[in-house]
Amino acid sequence: MSASILTVDDSPSLRMAVRIALTGAGYAVTEAGDGTEGLAKAGAERFDLIITDLNMPRMDGLTMIRELRKSPTNTGVPIIFLTTESEDGLKAQAKAAGATGWLVKPFNADQLVKIARKVLGR
Amino acid sequence: MSGNDPVAAFRVEAADLLEQVEQALLDLSSDPGNRPLVDEVFRGLHTLKGSGAMFGFDALAGFTHHCETAFDRVRKGKATATRRLIEVILSARDHMQALIDAGSDADAALIDAGTGILADLEQAVSEGEGTPAVAPSPGKGWRLTFKLPPGAMANGTNPLPLLDELRDLGQCTITARLDDMPTLDELVPTECYVFWDVELIGDVGREDIEDVFIFVIDDMELAIAPLDTPDEAAPVEDDVEDMPEPAAAASAGRAAKSAPGQESVRVQAERLDELMNRVGELVIAQSRLDQLSAGKGVVDAGTLRAVSEDIQRLSAELRDTTMALRMMPVSNLFARFRRLIHDLAHETGKTIELVTEGEATEVDKTVIERLADPMIHIIRNSCDHGLETGDDRVLAGKSAAGRITLSARQAGGEVLIAITDDGRGINRARVRAKAEAQGLIEPGQTVSDNDLLHTIFAPGFSTAAAITNLSGRGVGMDVVKRSIESLRGTIDIDSVEGSGTTMTLHLPLTLAIIECMLVRVGDGRYAIPLSAVEECLELPASEVPATARRNFLDVRGELVPYLRLRDSFASTHPPDLFQKVVIVGQGRGRVGLVVDQIIGNTQTVIKSLSRFHAGLGSFSGATILGDGTVALILDIASLIAGAQKSQRSLSGRHHDHAGEAA
Repeated sequence: MSASILTVDDSPSLRMAVRIALTGAGYAVTEAGDGTEGLAKAGAERFDLIITDLNMPRMDGLTMIRELRKSPTNTGVPIIFLTTESEDGLKAQAKAAGATGWLVKPFNADQLVKIARKVLGR
Repeated sequence: MSGNDPVAAFRVEAADLLEQVEQALLDLSSDPGNRPLVDEVFRGLHTLKGSGAMFGFDALAGFTHHCETAFDRVRKGKATATRRLIEVILSARDHMQALIDAGSDADAALIDAGTGILADLEQAVSEGEGTPAVAPSPGKGWRLTFKLPPGAMANGTNPLPLLDELRDLGQCTITARLDDMPTLDELVPTECYVFWDVELIGDVGREDIEDVFIFVIDDMELAIAPLDTPDEAAPVEDDVEDMPEPAAAASAGRAAKSAPGQESVRVQAERLDELMNRVGELVIAQSRLDQLSAGKGVVDAGTLRAVSEDIQRLSAELRDTTMALRMMPVSNLFARFRRLIHDLAHETGKTIELVTEGEATEVDKTVIERLADPMIHIIRNSCDHGLETGDDRVLAGKSAAGRITLSARQAGGEVLIAITDDGRGINRARVRAKAEAQGLIEPGQTVSDNDLLHTIFAPGFSTAAAITNLSGRGVGMDVVKRSIESLRGTIDIDSVEGSGTTMTLHLPLTLAIIECMLVRVGDGRYAIPLSAVEECLELPASEVPATARRNFLDVRGELVPYLRLRDSFASTHPPDLFQKVVIVGQGRGRVGLVVDQIIGNTQTVIKSLSRFHAGLGSFSGATILGDGTVALILDIASLIAGAQKSQRSLSGRHHDHAGEAA
């Protein structure tokens, strides 16, 4: 069975790019538009990997990661957050919140798929 | 979101982001300390940069990056959002728009413009920039020991893929170490107590190994030593973090070069659901019809009519729901003018406040797009000529701040958009003087107030005593009028001297479907837009002979010129005994059209004429009738203009005769 991935981003174009890259690599992708929606979707089913942006309306990525880690369903689910070079200190904060890894924007499809393979092991 | 083209999606999204940034900036200018607004601007810029770089808009990403950096200082409280800074970022916003429009074809001039803005920006916020760190170097086999940081498993790090990755690097001998395993009652099931010794043989660089652990390297225990110096494992510095390099995606870059292509429209999911329902019902109706036609024997008329009525109702509903897909609230349009008002206030030195009403009113997307330019013109006029300066206003007993009100509402099949200022109003005496000077009205001629006001739409008309940067170049209102008319709309002016002017735009709800009156001329059928039809009458017997010279009808005391469409279309078909006249009007012009028969009203889907026929003056399009034949749609504006021209030449001839007689 292909791994299921949840991508949380307020930018539809970015979500689309992530979806195209990951479905192209054979993963099943679900999209969410912000932290609140991401939390709801990740609460409803267990994903194999969650990829999230940090700066989002309603609920930002950090808060969402913290909330996710509180739920037993999402213990051990890898969470990759998308960041940019300028966000120093955010990496530490995100990791403290419970993120597994990060990916620096801009990234291309290969980098994204490589990261997904890396944390999923498949 | 339509299709699978992220670049198109990005363009839509970028427009929204820029809009959001602009609104937040404008709000910020009146409330500089507002933290959520600062965050909103920052988030907008940030997303724009990130997504821009993803889709090959490198120039945009680079430029936005600098703006973001500058604004970040505001966000972190190191700088304040001064007026000047907001001005600069607003101009930067415009530049970003230009960069998005240009895509990857941004030319040197555009980039230079950006550099200028950045210099301004730098002035507005002093700033310093750091450079990213670089990584160290390689060896022929390694011995490493690693232990995951506490909590790593719960946070999603799985050690097994890490070991697999090490195996991918070279031949590995892996030993699991259980030294730290606690007793069962102390054991936390989500923790990883195992650690590993790995001997890795292969031509592998140290950074390749570190890359494997990239996400956990900062906190984990990792010892890496070359194989020949056993067990002198040195801990790694933890300032190494340059994994995925920020190379812009080559494929995305290529995609961005492809032309902007089809535009996309955002549609509420609810409306699509509605459309789906209708289509579903239509399929059911269709299968009922299918059954009827497949059944043996005579179909009873009542059953058939029931199906036909269903289909008729469904297609009407389908039409309405489909039209609704193209509808957009005018708030999108009005929001653009906030910036305009802001700039105008800045340029004129007047204080102007903008009030908007009825922003939820919906109009066809095409109308919204084509409405922007004429409205900009009207608003400019209102701000420049309409509103007085602060001092003058106070003298006139008004508040120092001028007010522009934009309001929209729906009335029947029309949308009314009004632009109101509370300025000095239109000075009739000046308009009259100017109109007389231009020969638009005769000196001493009695003209209704409305007609007088409408002379400002004549080409080349401007009452502005001084020509300013904003308006008054005399190429304004006639263009405005023409663009509104091209949308099949009209303009009303209402002005009270001393207290302000209102321009009301009457616009049709949609452009794709119109109600038409179907007429027959000879053996051809033609459609006349119903909104233009004023009345229908029978051609008086005295006018029937085609030889009658005067082409005027006396309609209740008013002379209306008429056209014999039979002559215009050179019809050879024998004329009907009782011909009819359809009086059509648009704006102030009226003309009667003589036709053979009035068939009735019909809903018409407008098809544009082919490019070859597009130059035809008398027809604005074509439509397909129920029986499959084509009817041409008459272009009322050009018919009226034609009739008025012949009317003028006729009255000219009349004068000549008078001259000869004298």
